[in-house]
Amino acid sequence: MSRALGPFAAVLGRDLLLAWRGRADVLVTLAFFVVVVCLFPFGVGAEPNQLRAIAPGVLWVAALLSTLLSLHRLFAQDHADGTLEQLLLTPEPTVLWVVAKISAHWIATGLPLVVVAPGLALLFDVEQGALGVLVLSLALGTPILALLGAVGAALTLGLRGGGMLLALLVLPLFVPVLIFGAGAVDAYLSGVGAQAHLLLLGGGLLATLALAPLACAAALRIAVE
Amino acid sequence: MMKDMQKPERSKSIFRFAAPQMFYPLAGKLAPWFAGIAAVLAAAGMWLGFFVAPTDAVQGEVYRVIYIHVAAAWMSMFVYLVMAFWSFVGLVMNTRLSFIMSQALAPTGAMFCFVALWTGALWGKPTWGAYWVWDARLTSQLLLLFLYLGFMALTRAIEDPRRADKAGAIIALVGAVNVPIIYFSVKWWNTLHQGASVSLNKAPSMATTMLTGMLVMALAAWAYTIAVTLWRVRSLILERERHTDWVAAELNALEGKI
Amino acid sequence: MQWESWSAFWDMGGFAPFVWGSYGVTLLLVVGELILVVHRRRDTVRRLLRLRRASAAGAGGRRAFEEIVE
Repeated sequence: MSRALGPFAAVLGRDLLLAWRGRADVLVTLAFFVVVVCLFPFGVGAEPNQLRAIAPGVLWVAALLSTLLSLHRLFAQDHADGTLEQLLLTPEPTVLWVVAKISAHWIATGLPLVVVAPGLALLFDVEQGALGVLVLSLALGTPILALLGAVGAALTLGLRGGGMLLALLVLPLFVPVLIFGAGAVDAYLSGVGAQAHLLLLGGGLLATLALAPLACAAALRIAVE
Repeated sequence: MMKDMQKPERSKSIFRFAAPQMFYPLAGKLAPWFAGIAAVLAAAGMWLGFFVAPTDAVQGEVYRVIYIHVAAAWMSMFVYLVMAFWSFVGLVMNTRLSFIMSQALAPTGAMFCFVALWTGALWGKPTWGAYWVWDARLTSQLLLLFLYLGFMALTRAIEDPRRADKAGAIIALVGAVNVPIIYFSVKWWNTLHQGASVSLNKAPSMATTMLTGMLVMALAAWAYTIAVTLWRVRSLILERERHTDWVAAELNALEGKI
Repeated sequence: MQWESWSAFWDMGGFAPFVWGSYGVTLLLVVGELILVVHRRRDTVRRLLRLRRASAAGAGGRRAFEEIVE
């Protein structure tokens, strides 16, 4: 167990340190999230009932776009300076450090979104009781986005126009997460209860955690080969 | 590997056609037959659909869109499955022809996907009063079109064919795993949001001639897909194998004729 | 036979734009795809022939070049 945790912790620690040193990038992702959310009232009007109705969807779509925006950074730096090849040459299982990298990426870019989301929800006058559900749905859902997105990021590594291609590849795959994530808050607000949505998100997270790193590792090997 | 491909194999096994060199002439022989079958079936299907099948009691004549709509929708889903199948075979057995197959199928699948959406919209306007409703089937079909476009964009963006093959195969498989998830999530979302405002499930009992017409059109789409894919495979094979002797010989034969 | 006249057939019970719009666009797409496939084959063969001529002219010396041009 400790033998497997060693490289995992090493890669996780390294990537978190890198993210901390380049925290301006991380803050840009967060600022993007906030700005996109704040744009919606200008577009649809400031009618409180309408804002309340669209709030979960707006927050979720914004979270999804922010995730997408930061995805290309997941492997690009390591690909450019050769670290990725070195990592692939190590005897450690690729899946292990791939999960470590994705975890570090989520902690740096996904977790801040989860933290600021309740504050933004208040701008839309969302009922306070729903904030917990919103946070929980984002905490379960954004890691799925990071895991699925990592597959796309690995496939488009080093390609011209990779950013747009990445969006085209992963956005359709994000749709179920969006449905259940925004749906959880809606279900809570309508009195149905969010348990079913949250359980499905949790199950989705476990399934993605089991499968996506395998696809991601294979994609990385192909990209570097 | 390359050396083995150069000399014609004498094996009688069906797997000898997995060699691009063997498959190329076979595809050339089969494609016109499938194209002919497709033309005959499409003509027969449309004759059944327009002249034999009765007017629908509820929808009137507009229901006659069904003959292409259903065939295209079936075909678009089936082609994606076949694409994923060939991708899987390619990744497991490392056969180049499998990847070529999946890449040759994609544009036709995307075309049928678009046809299904287009005809669905034109059929929807007079029957539901709107070109588009966010119904589970329509929405999944739209996302399927995005999956096709993503696959095609990815395989075309990568210049190294070996990387393009494998990257495309991975995204095809990831998409295939996601298609049922997308369908059920959208269906669930749809029932929560829209209730029973639009019910596509109540299929009125269909006249036998209508059903026959639909099936004949579906078979026509099937034959058409095979023919077009085989033709596309031939071009892809020539391009991939351009450094081999047999392509040189084939080019000699084609010189001046094309 | 379902139709009393050809004009009734083309009118499709008043749904002509929808029915013929569907069939027309489908036909257009199918024909377009067939044309693209034929073009692709021709372009591929021509390009490969050109490539071969160019490489023969570059590396293979005069004899090979003339052989191909012939």
